[in-house]
Amino acid sequence: MVISEKLDRFFDEKMKEYPTQRSFLVPMLLYTQDELGYLTNEAIAHIAKKVDLTELEVRNVISYYSMLRTKPLGKYHVQVCTNISCMLRGGEEVFEHCKQRLGIGHKQATPDGLFSLEEVECIGACSWAPAVQVNYDFHENLTPEKMDAVLDQYSRKAKQ
Amino acid sequence: MAEPKSITITVDGKSLSAPAGTLLIEACKAVGIEVPSFCYYPGLSLQAACRMCLVRIEKMPKLQTACTVQITDGMVVTSDSDEVRQARKSMIELLLGNHPLDCPVCDAGGECELQDMTFKYGAAESRYMEGKLHKEEQQWSPVVYFDRPRCILCYRCVRACGEGMDVWALGVQNRGSSSVIAPNQGDHLECEECGMCIDICPVGALTSGAYRYKTRPWEMKHVGTICTHCGDGCKTTLGMRRSDTGMDIVRGDNRDKSGINGDFLCIKGRYAFDYFDHKDRLRHPLIRRNGQLTQATWEEALEHVGKRLKEIRDTQGGQAIGVIGSNRTTNEENYLLQKFARTVLGTNNIDHHRTTDFAGFARAITGKQNATATMRDVATASSILLIGNDPTEQHPLLAWNIRSNVRLNRAKLFIVNSRPIKLRRQAAAFLQVPEGRESKFVAFLNGDDTAAGSLTSPAVSNDSLKQVRDQLRGAQDPIIIFGSELRGADIAALVKFGSGVRAMFICLGDYANSRGAADMGLYPDLFPGYVAADGPHNFNEEWGKVPQVKGMDIAGMMQAAKDRKLAALYVVGSNPVTDYSFDPAALQNAFVVVQELFLTETALLAEVVFPAASAYEKAGTFTNTCGDIQLLKKAGEISSVRSDFEIIVRVADRMGADTKKLVPFGKGVHADMGQSRGAQSGEADRHAVWLTANNLDPRLSPFDPMAILDEIQRLVPGYEFSRLNLIAGNDEHVTAAEHSNAGAGNGLVQIVPANDSLFTSGTLGRYSHTLNSVIENRRSTESKEVMAD
Amino acid sequence: MADLVSHPDETRVVSQRFGKGAADINRHLELDGYKAVQKALQMQPDDIINEVKTSNLRGRGGAGFSTGMKWAFVPKQSDKPKYILVNGDESEPGTCKDRLILEHDPHSVIEGVVIAGLAVGAKVGYVYIRGEYRYLVDIMRKAIADAYAKGFLGKNIFGSGKDFDVHWHTGAGAYEVGEESALMESLEGKRGIPRIRPPFPAIVGLWGGPTVINNVETLASVPHIILMGGQKFADYGPPKNGGTRLFCLSGHINKPGVYELPLGYPLKKMIYEVGGGIPNGRKLKAVVPGGSSTFVLTAEEADQMNMDFDSFSKRGEFLGSGGVVVLDDQTCMVKFALRVMKFYQHESCGWCIPCREGTDWLKKTLTRFHAGGGLKKDIDNIKYLAQNMLGRTFCPLGDAAAIPTMSIVDKWRSEFEAHLEGRPCPFEPEGSRTISELPVIA
Ligand SMILES: Cc1cc2nc3c(=O)[nH]c(=O)nc-3n(C[C@H](O)[C@H](O)[C@H](O)COP(=O)(O)O)c2cc1C
Ligand code: SF4
Ligand code: FES
Repeated sequence: MVISEKLDRFFDEKMKEYPTQRSFLVPMLLYTQDELGYLTNEAIAHIAKKVDLTELEVRNVISYYSMLRTKPLGKYHVQVCTNISCMLRGGEEVFEHCKQRLGIGHKQATPDGLFSLEEVECIGACSWAPAVQVNYDFHENLTPEKMDAVLDQYSRKAKQ
Repeated sequence: MAEPKSITITVDGKSLSAPAGTLLIEACKAVGIEVPSFCYYPGLSLQAACRMCLVRIEKMPKLQTACTVQITDGMVVTSDSDEVRQARKSMIELLLGNHPLDCPVCDAGGECELQDMTFKYGAAESRYMEGKLHKEEQQWSPVVYFDRPRCILCYRCVRACGEGMDVWALGVQNRGSSSVIAPNQGDHLECEECGMCIDICPVGALTSGAYRYKTRPWEMKHVGTICTHCGDGCKTTLGMRRSDTGMDIVRGDNRDKSGINGDFLCIKGRYAFDYFDHKDRLRHPLIRRNGQLTQATWEEALEHVGKRLKEIRDTQGGQAIGVIGSNRTTNEENYLLQKFARTVLGTNNIDHHRTTDFAGFARAITGKQNATATMRDVATASSILLIGNDPTEQHPLLAWNIRSNVRLNRAKLFIVNSRPIKLRRQAAAFLQVPEGRESKFVAFLNGDDTAAGSLTSPAVSNDSLKQVRDQLRGAQDPIIIFGSELRGADIAALVKFGSGVRAMFICLGDYANSRGAADMGLYPDLFPGYVAADGPHNFNEEWGKVPQVKGMDIAGMMQAAKDRKLAALYVVGSNPVTDYSFDPAALQNAFVVVQELFLTETALLAEVVFPAASAYEKAGTFTNTCGDIQLLKKAGEISSVRSDFEIIVRVADRMGADTKKLVPFGKGVHADMGQSRGAQSGEADRHAVWLTANNLDPRLSPFDPMAILDEIQRLVPGYEFSRLNLIAGNDEHVTAAEHSNAGAGNGLVQIVPANDSLFTSGTLGRYSHTLNSVIENRRSTESKEVMAD
Repeated sequence: MADLVSHPDETRVVSQRFGKGAADINRHLELDGYKAVQKALQMQPDDIINEVKTSNLRGRGGAGFSTGMKWAFVPKQSDKPKYILVNGDESEPGTCKDRLILEHDPHSVIEGVVIAGLAVGAKVGYVYIRGEYRYLVDIMRKAIADAYAKGFLGKNIFGSGKDFDVHWHTGAGAYEVGEESALMESLEGKRGIPRIRPPFPAIVGLWGGPTVINNVETLASVPHIILMGGQKFADYGPPKNGGTRLFCLSGHINKPGVYELPLGYPLKKMIYEVGGGIPNGRKLKAVVPGGSSTFVLTAEEADQMNMDFDSFSKRGEFLGSGGVVVLDDQTCMVKFALRVMKFYQHESCGWCIPCREGTDWLKKTLTRFHAGGGLKKDIDNIKYLAQNMLGRTFCPLGDAAAIPTMSIVDKWRSEFEAHLEGRPCPFEPEGSRTISELPVIA
């Protein structure tokens, strides 16, 4: 099984909510990525078959959406918003700080595969800026110091 | 359907009318107002992406895209104003920001739409100061190369491949300024290699492996002629250059969209002309000396053949000689060959490789009016029944027209086939029946419900059969297309059904002029126009004495040769040894003469081999499988080869025949060229000059095919089309089959379908570098994939 | 998750259940939840539409189109099923209000969808939530499941004999997908490329069926309108600008947060009283009134503006999506313009030339310019490019990129000049960048 049976069944259920087979494709890709870490060739082939599309067509879709990826990233993907509201309140400093601390740049992962970093566009936390998402979790009103605490928290979590 | 009502709009102060629903860009084009566009392409889905076609429409707040707006009554449009021009100019500037200015080395230079528009809208000074994106060119297949920075993302290729070809091998990946056209296999393409994407590309982003870096467009002479491969008869414009061997065909395309195929060409029409200069091409006559085929002069070869044939005829009679004609030679050559056989050799032993039962078809539709459809009809018919064949592989243009018709006009397509052919994707109903049961379906159509039993399967129910029959019975003027699966009485049965619904028919045969070979009487029992050899006809009066008894077909001739009853076999452009898998030993004792391009399996057995000109090196006409006749124009010359026409005439001459009778070239030259073409003096000269300029032989010599065409038009009913129209490069529909007088059939003859695929084309195809490299490429990627497992 | 704020001037309609645990369906019911749907079930479709028309509710997604009118465009008869599509793609920089609604009151959105469905004759609704908002997707999943369990969704809702289905859906990172036609493409499992219009979604939308597309906040307003009556809602705001709206205060402001204020609320008051003014004793330089796509206001203009649709459209500008971003006098406007353009360059779908090439070119030029590599002619060129994008792109994203750029060049030209030819950015610490680090200049 390329993806877990549970996920596959979940997809089958969701697909019934739409009149065409391919409609649930985008969420399907995102949830598959959540399970596998990235969209593997096998996963793409599996999903293409499931929704009756060519792999090319599935790749066309994948490459359009910025959250979807076909290469692995860190276990904890640190997404720093530097868009206007965050920029005005120090988002760039937070991003610089993460670069320094993790020793990696935009869309790179630490050698141990624990963290990866990405400068992202507005994540809808403007009134609580600057903000970061680690995977799907929001961390808001950050400073470089608070960012350290956030990263520490994840490092600890990884060791548990 | 009611005609859409006409609507009047005003463009740039001019009032113009067009049917409701017309796109503004088309309405403008119809009156000569050109609205520029990159992404708009007639017949493909609308994109509104390039924004080149922006115009001002009164009462609209923003500029509008003429490519998507349908005209409405009283619309007032400004297509040319400072505002509009500035909008267009800025689009060009934006494009040029990142577009490499490598026009001097770009294949598209000189015929690039971006170049032309830059010239027109003058975005000459560059405001862009940033570094341009550079990416290495990629090879996606033997024929397709991609240069990413040149791509302007008009999505034409994506649509031509997907919507047009139903191949969907190209996609768009990433987004924003990273957007890129991507091939289906990551770094390469797996597709039908039609090259549509290349020709439809307005710039030099997609280029052809066969053409790239060979020449500049203005260095070529462009000759519009007919593709020499399948029976569909696409028009292809050859880009010609001189070379040391006489000529070089640099490319083939149909960008001017003239001809029955519009802009369509398959891989063969676009690239597979390249057999013409294969290194194995015969360039000298060969005579067998001491068992070896050795180089000879034309003089020696002609003398030898003339002498031997005369001897055999005079001593053993015409029936000791057999003639096999070609599916790839012109109508004029085919006609001449059978006339030569019948009048000079004195035999009805003449046949050709029959890939389908055209004779049976002619018998079935004799005397019917409007019984045959043209290739163009296929693109507009409201419903189509396709029995047998796989047009995607064997009749690419037909497949294209069917697909376009379904897509653009919602035509209903019904398919009956023993294999799950690709066109089923377009079909309203697809009935997969057991192999060989196609005729049962015809019986079922005619009301024989018991036939259903042998057709049903888990996928095909009795009900679905009945539904299809009901729909067909109710169809309006459908077109019924069938392959070689149906023959003889089955065709007659099908025609019986079709006549009830005013159907028009297309009988599918396999090579560029197999229909012409049939129409021109390359049959032992049929004269030109499917006239029974043993029945009453007036060829006697015209030609003098002709044999009245039926001759032998190919199988008969081979058997006779084996039995030493056939002393000579004259083969023109045909490879029966391979096509029919004959035992070569059968021809051991016969005097075999072969006119060929290559040393084929049959030529290898010959006593004398004449090197013949290919269809790119001569003029004449081809009749496609539907009966559309078109002009073949001579594109160039290969030194030391001769047209089949000339060879036949010269052999006849050596045999002492009256060539003026064989080719009535002298007849009425003055009268015809001086009088009938116009009263003014000098008309004849002008006509001759015009013919020469258009690569047509003026009818001044015995080697002039036009002279024979005169006779064909006079003697073959159904061939009385407009010569003027033909010469102007248009297609005409001939109806020899409807006018035939074939008498009763003489039992089933041997039909051997070519079973060519998209990448093969009989013997000739084996000498095409492009076809071979595609086949080779596929094999190697396949084996790579196997190895990776 | 996100902190809630409050201010005495607030009129809490849409946000009335915020902080009260209303994501739980029982709690929601205690707070008058699902009463509006039941009321609507007793109404004629046209009466629902008229009530919404009376409320003067205008789309909260950014374009401000009358919601009642939009619903009225949907044909009564249709061969194809009709759909309601909730736009929860909230990605406009500066905007973070739909997030609060989905977090605190998801059932109000479901209610809004059902009411919209009753009004136009649709039986199915989809709630599209941007991919980054996974926790909200989970909240919505549960809310929908709970509503089904209670018989509020599914067959025979509230025993009315009517059926209605609501499904959740999620994106995967694409601002452009917030554009309504791209949203439909995305929901159909495709790349988020907008569609050619006409036909408009109300006529040909999802899978070819007539479709109403509304913002989360728009639909969350609907149950309240039905309950309180359109007129009462309309009365909160100035004429034709009915109701209240969630304003997201962010940037250089003391009390950032999402506040529900009546339309027409003075911007000056919003910044200084509601938002508590500019931190660190600095002065106001500029305000982005409604997300990054709007015309940027100078301090003087901001002092005069009332926050309603017509006050802006009078000036040929837009109120936008409710994202009010405040910029103090230490902000470099060139850098600001660059950051905005970087966003649009990243988010352009790439379909049409002016947007794809224009945003890329502008981003590159602004990058170089801000770093001190600018030439005088660049300033005009930036404006020229933006002008040539405006109104000519395939969808409004191109306009959205052009508008702030044009207004910044027009209003802060002197700041561009201060960056010219080798001068480092005057707002950045001494020596922070040198010319040698600049991106490539041809
Ligand atoms: C580029 C672009 C992005 C948009 N993003 C959003 C968005 O994230 N959320 C939203 O509700 N509307 C967005 N819109 C507006 C929608 O196209 C549409 O007008 C809106 O969803 C309609 O709902 P409303 O009438 O309730 O505002 C966007 C428009 C454009 C052009
Ligand atoms: S479809 Fe047939 S005629 Fe047309 S290009 Fe291909 S081979 Fe030639
Ligand atoms: S031709 Fe109209 S936008 Fe391209």
